[in-house]
Formats: sequence, structure tokens, C-alpha cells
Amino acid sequence: MSKNISRRKFLVRGGLGTLGVLAIGTYVLRNPIRRQIIDFADSFIAPYSGTGTEPNLWFEITKNNTIVLHSPKVEMGQGTFTGLAQIAADELDINIDQIEVIAASTASGVVDSLGTGGSLSVASLWQPLREMAATMREMIKIEAAKKLQIPLANLSTKNGIVSSNNQQISYVDAIKEVTEWKIPDTPKLKDLKDYKLVGKPIARIDLKTKVFGNSIFGMDAEMENMLHAAIIRPEHIGATFKSANYQKAEKMPGIVKVVQIDDWVGIIAETYAQALAAKMEVDVEWNIPKIWTEEDIRTLISVGNGSEMVVQKEGNLLEKDDKNILEIEFKSPLGAHAQMEPNGAVASFKDGKITVILSTQVIGITQNQVAKAFAIDKDNVNIIPTYLGGGFGRRLNTSHAIQAVQLSKEIGRPVKYFFTRKEEFQNDMFRPPTHHIMKGKLNSDGLIENLEHHFASGNVAIDSTLMPGIAHTILGADFGAIRGGSIHYSAIKNIRSIQWHKTLPFATSWWRSLGLLANTFAIESFVDELALQSNKNPVTLRLAQIKDNEEGVRLKNVIEKAAKESKYSDEVVNGRAMGFACSTDTGTPCAQVAEVSIVNSEITVHKITCVMDCGIAVNPDQVKAQCEGAMIMAMSASMYEKMYIEDGQLQPTIFGPYDMALLKHTPKEINIHLLQGVDKPLPVGEPPLGPIAAAIGNAVRRITGQRLTEMPFKLS
Amino acid sequence: MKIAFSINNKDVSVDILDGNTPLLWVIRDILDLKGTKFGCGKAACGACTLHVNDVAVRSCSYAVKFAEGKNITTIEGLGNAENPHPVQQAWIEEVVPQCGYCQPGFIMATAALLKENNKPTDEDIDKNIINICRCATYYRMRKAIHRAAELTRETKI
Repeated sequence: MSKNISRRKFLVRGGLGTLGVLAIGTYVLRNPIRRQIIDFADSFIAPYSGTGTEPNLWFEITKNNTIVLHSPKVEMGQGTFTGLAQIAADELDINIDQIEVIAASTASGVVDSLGTGGSLSVASLWQPLREMAATMREMIKIEAAKKLQIPLANLSTKNGIVSSNNQQISYVDAIKEVTEWKIPDTPKLKDLKDYKLVGKPIARIDLKTKVFGNSIFGMDAEMENMLHAAIIRPEHIGATFKSANYQKAEKMPGIVKVVQIDDWVGIIAETYAQALAAKMEVDVEWNIPKIWTEEDIRTLISVGNGSEMVVQKEGNLLEKDDKNILEIEFKSPLGAHAQMEPNGAVASFKDGKITVILSTQVIGITQNQVAKAFAIDKDNVNIIPTYLGGGFGRRLNTSHAIQAVQLSKEIGRPVKYFFTRKEEFQNDMFRPPTHHIMKGKLNSDGLIENLEHHFASGNVAIDSTLMPGIAHTILGADFGAIRGGSIHYSAIKNIRSIQWHKTLPFATSWWRSLGLLANTFAIESFVDELALQSNKNPVTLRLAQIKDNEEGVRLKNVIEKAAKESKYSDEVVNGRAMGFACSTDTGTPCAQVAEVSIVNSEITVHKITCVMDCGIAVNPDQVKAQCEGAMIMAMSASMYEKMYIEDGQLQPTIFGPYDMALLKHTPKEINIHLLQGVDKPLPVGEPPLGPIAAAIGNAVRRITGQRLTEMPFKLS
Repeated sequence: MKIAFSINNKDVSVDILDGNTPLLWVIRDILDLKGTKFGCGKAACGACTLHVNDVAVRSCSYAVKFAEGKNITTIEGLGNAENPHPVQQAWIEEVVPQCGYCQPGFIMATAALLKENNKPTDEDIDKNIINICRCATYYRMRKAIHRAAELTRETKI
């Protein structure tokens, strides 16, 4: 393989590396700079920062003259494979039915060090993937020129065919004898207006395989001669292994071996059903140092407790004894990912080589962790991702891959292990609970003079596999927990956003949109309350508090559009009211209007209008699908879901008791309007989770007079 | 024990030690049909929904011994790209799936509903389609269910 390549632009730009360098460089500097870094981390779209410098590692040309893209991002429902296919096909000059996308394994050489998350897949690959695809097209043309004996300048490409005036050759025929690629400098990319697929609402490329039940998820993966396993883990928070009696289980049908490693017991059997049956017959005693309670957790996560970090600071802090201060407290509960496909892995440890097939958002991290756990070179570890049965941040941690490998090592055969639903609920990397104190004051014109957001959260970014402890040391704040925690009403003179942080006795981490869900709920509910106090239309009040800089104008545009499309009105008509809210997440402003009434004492959302400026919508239909799903997921989290602690255990452990939005709760009407305020794709999958909780709460306030301050919502 | 039944119009016989083994695992791990999914093991989410004699059943909580002599249909037997079932056709037209994991269960539940009622109201849908989709593709599902009902009625005429 030829290595005399100019380093393509994106490779020197760095992704997380850039953030790391910047952050470390300012470690010794004082708070204002640190806050700038946080602002940067908050809105920064990290470009691709993985391996795979040669386009021929990304693209494989098949004998049918189709191209397979080995995607460094996985498909977990967000439609990334489709968006990437559109982008690549346009620069490759092929049709959409000439491209297939599969998730790259670590062995493919295309490993994204950031993994798949942060709504960054399309946004971060927009530039590098177009460069890769355009370069690949040139590489094919170079080979065609050689084969056809025609100067490169006289060749053009279309539909997977290289043509001159009088000759043509398919891509595959042009390249099939290539053993060493010549990689030219990146050619000029096409003008946006010349793209045929980008910007079009084409059907998802994985649509049919999913509708006919043929798609392979981690749960469906198999290896030859494979055994099945079930694992017993402690049910109490903080419990450790003491002793186990598994004599009876070992004699049960199909049981091959029972093993005890670290703080768990593994049962390896011929079938999964047998492993599960034997699991019932194992008695394990645990050391339980403390019976944690719900109150313990609430006390830990409260404003004023833990480490403090000023996230945003403009003007003055409110005076303590000021009688005109409005103050409201908000809370959000511990939340589960509850993705439909349980976690698990199929692993093989043989002759010093490890292969793991699983649903993971982070193949590179999974590879590193497995290699480290077994002290082998990471080149001897291949991680093969499948389709993910939901991700939502849960699969940024894949410590279960290590357990599957341990089981395979014990038995000398491949082993498939996955969580029961109870294990899934009790060993989630939860969305941490939050506590918020909002304070504010109006001036004599009825505009907001002061606005303060004091909030507390458990870990999101801190101590996660993606962002180890160092992030906290450097940044001072948990920049996952602060997502959406800043106040975007830039024209307000006196602003504070102050985060309090504590680590809980069980894992909390990334959950789709991170802090955005709870932070926006608190801020936007409070701003609505100020609008009521001020007797102003909440849309007018919002617009008056935003500066006319680029970010402000884009936010104002979505607010105005949402007000217009929803025909927003402050009035309650026949028991039905509208609630307005907006947020800006990772540079994507979004405004939502919920139309709500109370039916049989239950909050019912009839209609949602959503306006979002996500820059270029590579696939507008899938952007809308993300909006629909994100808004209903956020409705579910704010209206129904709650994990709690009972007898020292995380509860509930099954769907149903873990109450979630169902089809019957879904609004009958959802209208989505997309604006394009910038000429590049911006994050899409998380920003629409922001406003909806406050929008619903603001509508309920108008109907009943009750201000909803705690998720899940309860009418008094 | 040997248990014989028909699956996707094919007669099969499985030899199994424990007749109480959930049908789901027999279908996935012995008959190697992976379209029927495991979600919770307690009949609480519907990811494992299939048809037993045309009735929707949550197979994670249905003992294989009860399948004796019955006709079972899974997502793989419902339709295919050349000959999609109306529900699958509607799902394609409305571009319903996101991650796709729960979709076979929803499609099977909907197909069973339409067999009973080919003109379901929104209320009928709310009462009968109670599976869980974490991507929350519900908005498109409702449209697809109405569209599938329309396609079903057209096929009948």
C-alpha cells in the first residue's frame, strides 16, 4: 500500500485530541479561561479523529460494481448509515442503490476514537467523508486512465462508470487488478447545489432489512461451537461477593460450568434457557456495607453540596435579601436507558486472540479495555459491531465484553452472554438525578434583570470510559451535566449558571442529550413563570432577551417560526392550552410548542410543533424522525419514568413498573419545520429532547395554575 | 420430549429436555430464526411477539410444550421483499423503523390486530398495540397501522 500521501486536512485537525491539548494547555489558568473551554466543549463539533488514512480502507468495491462503506460510526437507529451513504455516494458519483454501509470492525483499520455519540456522526464526518469519497473517486479514475490509456483529464464519472468520449469502464473493472493504490491529494469537493442525494428525504437504507426481520443485532450474533451464559450480579448497591453455593446448579441439564470471578458468578450452559434455569438454583451471599436509601441520593445531589463550578457569569449575583426575587426549585429523577436490546456480547478467546461481536457505541474503547484486561496487544483483539438495538449512550460502556471474554477463557469455547432485563435495570449507567434552584427578577419594564440557574447533578462525563477523571480536574465541571445548563438569553445583564457535582454510589453517565433534558426543563419553565409575572407573552419576552449575534439570530428565527407555525396563543380554549419552550444544544437551536389538555385527570399532549435549525439536513426525513423520537422520549422521561431505591436496591426492574410512553401517549399531530441557518450539518439526535418537558409544563400551568417542578409530572 | 408444530408453513419437530422452555429460545436458538427478539423475558415489552394460530403471543413467556400441533408464524414467515405483508408494506411506506429491534414485534402485533379488525380506530390501536419502542417511532407507527388497514381492506376487495 502506497504511503506517499499528503495528509488529508481532517487528519491534522484532531477531534478530542484538540480539546485535550487546549484544555491541558490552560490547566494552570484561571476560571474565565476555563469557562471559555467549557463553552467550547459545549458547542464544539469534534471532527473525525480516528484511524484509517487511506480511502481504500473505507471503501470496498464489490464485483457487482457496488461500494461498501466501512463506517466508523455505528447505526443505532439514528439513521447515520443512510446519511453517510448519501454523502459518500454523491462524491463517489454512484447511485444510492450502489452503496452499502456496514459498521467497521477494529480490524478494518477505520476506528473512530470518539465512537458514536453526541449526535456527531453526520456532523463530524461531513467534511472527512466527502474528502475520502472524492479521493476514492479520483483513485478509481487514475486506474481507469491506466487501463483505458486515456489521459485522466479526459475522464468523467457517473453511476459507477468512468467514461471518456468513446470508451467506458465500470469502477470494479477499472480497479480489480489493483494491488497498490496511488492516493492523490484531495480533489476539490462538489458545490452543495450539485449534490443529488444530500438534502433529499430518501428512505433509510436499512429499512427493508429491519421490516423483514433480517437485520443482525448483538443479540443475534453467533460463533461456531458457542456456549451460552448467564451471570449473577449483586442486587444491592455497593454489594460485593462473599460466598456461593452452586452444587445443585452444576448438576442441572445442559450446565457445562459454573465460575466465580470478581463480584459475579457465571453459569455456562448449552442453551441460554438452561443457563437461566440454573441461575435460579445458585445461592450467593453478598457483603452489603450499607443499605442505601432514596433520601441518601437526594441529599447527595442537592444544590450547595459537593464541588462547585461557575459555568456562566455575567454581571452581578442577586442580593440575598431582595424581596422581588422569584425562586423556584426543580427536580429530575434517576433515569434508565431502557434500550430494547439488552447488553451482551459473543466472545472468543483462542490462541492469544480475542474476537468480540456486540452492540457497542465505542469499538476502539471496547478494544482497549479488553486488551488491557487480558494483557494482550490490542492488535490481537478484534471488535465487531452489529446493528444496535438502541444506544442512547448506554453502549458507551461495554465492560460486559470483558466478562464474556473471561467466560470464553474459562471454558475454551466461544461464549454468548447477555443481561436479563432485571440486570439491565439494576446495572444501567443511569441518567443522574438533578436538583435545580432557579432565581430571577424583573426590571421596571417587565424584562428579566437577573437570571440564575444553580444546579446539582451526579456524574455524566466524569469518570466515564469516554472521558476519564482528568476531564473533571481540568475543566472543573462535568461538561456532560452542564449541557443545556447555560442561559441563552444573552441580552440579560445579570446571569449565573453554577453547577454542583457529586458522585453517586452507583454508575451514572451519558443518557441521550445528557444534562439538556433536566436543565432546559428548569430554565424554560422558570422563564415562563417570569413571563406570567411580567404579564408578557412568553414568546415576546424571550425574543426581547436575546442578542442579535449569529447564535442569537438563529435562536430568534426558530422561536419566531415556531410561534407562527403553531399560531401560538397564551389563551386557554376549551381546556386546551399551548406551552412554549426553546433551547440551544451543540449549536442547534430548537423551539417547541405543545398543545395540552387534561383528560381524565391525566396530562394529554395533542399536538407538538417543532422548529429546529440543524444547518444542512442531509436527510430531512430522518432528521424529522429524530425529532419525533427525541420529543416522545423526552415526554416519556418527564411524564412517566423514574428509577428509585428501595431496600438498598435500584428499582423497578421491569417495563411496566418502569413506566414509559406508549403509542397511546403519542401526540396525534407533530409538525416539524427545519431551518438552515448555516451551510453544514449540525447535531440532530439530541437537541430536540430539550424544550418539550418545559413546553408541556408551561401549557399545564396555563390550564390548572399548577407549576410542574418535578419529573415525572404529577398533577396536584 | 419431542414437540411438533408448524412454523412459517413448515413442519418441524424439536427435541427438548424441558417442555417449559420459552418458545422464544426454541425459535431463536434451535430453529435459528433471529427475527423474533428478546426484550424482557416477562411479556412486558412485546419484542418477542409472534403468531400462534394467528393470535399474537409474547413468546418469551409461552412454554414450547403448548406449541404442539399449532401453526406458528414469525416475522420471517409474514412476508418478504417480493411479497410483503400489508403491514410490512405500510411500515416501508411510512419509513417507521429507527434502531429496528422492537419492530418485528410491533409488526406481528399489528398483523394480528388487523386480522380481527381491518378498520381499527385510534382507540382500538391504543388498546391493542401496547408494545414498547424506545426510539419512540410511535408517531409513524400509528400512520402505518392505518395505512396497513387500508391496504388490507383493498386486498380483500
